[in-house]
Amino acid sequence: MRFSMLGPVFKQMFKKPWTNKFPAKYQPNNTTKYLGDVASGKIKINPPVPTPDGFRGKIIYDKEKCVGCKLCIKVCPCNAIEFKENEKKIKIYLARCCFCSQCNDICPVNCLSMSDEFLLSNVDPYSKDLIVE
Amino acid sequence: MSQMTKTTYQLPIGPIHPALKEPVMFKFEIDGEKIVDVDVELGHVHRAIEWTGMQRNPIQIIYLAERICGICSFVHPMAYCRAVENACNIQVPERADYIRVVHGELERIASHLLWAGVAAHEIGFDTVLFLTWEMREKLLDLIEYLTGNRVTKAILTIGGVRRDIKPENIPKIKETLKYFKENYKKLSHVFLDDKTFKMRSQGCGILTYEDALRLCAVGPTTRASGVKKDVRADQPYAAYSDLDVDYMTPDKLTGEINGDVYDRIIVRLLEVKQSIELIERAIDQIPTGDIVSEPKIPKLLNYIKKTAGEGIGRDEAPRGEVIHYIKFDGQNEHPFTWKVRASTYANILPWIPMLKGQQIADISIVAASTDPCMSCTNRVTIIDKNKKYMLDKEQLHRLSVEKTRRLMR
Repeated sequence: MRFSMLGPVFKQMFKKPWTNKFPAKYQPNNTTKYLGDVASGKIKINPPVPTPDGFRGKIIYDKEKCVGCKLCIKVCPCNAIEFKENEKKIKIYLARCCFCSQCNDICPVNCLSMSDEFLLSNVDPYSKDLIVE
Repeated sequence: MSQMTKTTYQLPIGPIHPALKEPVMFKFEIDGEKIVDVDVELGHVHRAIEWTGMQRNPIQIIYLAERICGICSFVHPMAYCRAVENACNIQVPERADYIRVVHGELERIASHLLWAGVAAHEIGFDTVLFLTWEMREKLLDLIEYLTGNRVTKAILTIGGVRRDIKPENIPKIKETLKYFKENYKKLSHVFLDDKTFKMRSQGCGILTYEDALRLCAVGPTTRASGVKKDVRADQPYAAYSDLDVDYMTPDKLTGEINGDVYDRIIVRLLEVKQSIELIERAIDQIPTGDIVSEPKIPKLLNYIKKTAGEGIGRDEAPRGEVIHYIKFDGQNEHPFTWKVRASTYANILPWIPMLKGQQIADISIVAASTDPCMSCTNRVTIIDKNKKYMLDKEQLHRLSVEKTRRLMR
């Protein structure tokens, strides 16, 4: 067999591309203007592929429930959690988080949970979006 | 004019080079196009993982072990967890054993498909790269569906698994396996019958049966040379003893063993088929029960802290046997020692007989045919006064003698 891939290649020409064009189909000429238009509702973004159940995204922290037992700090593999001594509450640096959800498992009062938010890239690792407290 | 002496030339390739995505340095002795001798130099991606692990508690190390290798992100924590279970005498529930088998085999299919794509890319057949990786994408979707994320699964814990396979998940698994069975024929037709693959892989990079035994090759590399070696069959772990694993050697398909690159392709394709069957059988036979022996993590950590002992975890990774060794002293929470031997470590020496006598253009496909993973392998680097060097046996002996003299003083 010399041309075993010829059939699949021709079939591929009539198939829809596999890639989901997120957030826009083509690179916008002016990214800042595009983001502004999205914020004001002029343009709709191409939706991302839906995340499955049990996806581990940004951590949600219920501050009222937390009893300050420090167990999550003990098991966090990346030392991403800091204890605030005077408040007896925690502060999570998502820039260090590896999204293993071990803190969710160990929490005795279930004050931590994983959301499906995954758009977390930022130029500043200590920006407000990346700190959960 | 004096007579020209016959001489060979030295050709250094690496550490950063086109053949592999990871850094490794080859020093070739070249006579024209032919490779006369080869030396391999490692140690460019040492990350001090074992040392880092020795500062952490056993639960934290699971996620560190997961990051030893991006592709074997299930097998390394699995070997580690089994080492801890062995050291502390923790019994894993039967259901957890079956779930471990399902995830281990899913990872094997993903790894072998990735390798098949890379091998096709190395010989310049990029259309096949996209064919295999399209299939792999379906598998990663299934892994994401079952574990939450595509690559770092975070599914294992000491004494079981963290997420169950629920009855409502089974239709999606069966659907993906059906897709794989349908596409497997297409894939094996391209890899085994295509003239391009045959031209480049038959009779190339031969590892004989004797060499494979002598150099302790592991995994598909050794099975392609006819050595029947597979941890899943030799010392069955998890639920493999119930599932009847067979050694996949190339003579099952072609009736002969050559030990060349073509045979290594055959072995990996046969293993993909075997893995699909194993997952199907595991899902049909899966018993009901708990998925973890001790759900309360603080209690588990306290128990491990009080236990003194050492344990070994042996696993069949997609690339071969991986061994984790761990020792607890019974006083500290963090382990006293943690040692990792990744499978590529055993597959480096077989490169030398494989590469000798080959042409320069064959280097990349022969080197890639063992599915090397350098960042898993690098374990010992000594840094002293900003000079980096690796220790060999004589230097270690010398250091040992020096220490004895120092102590005698």
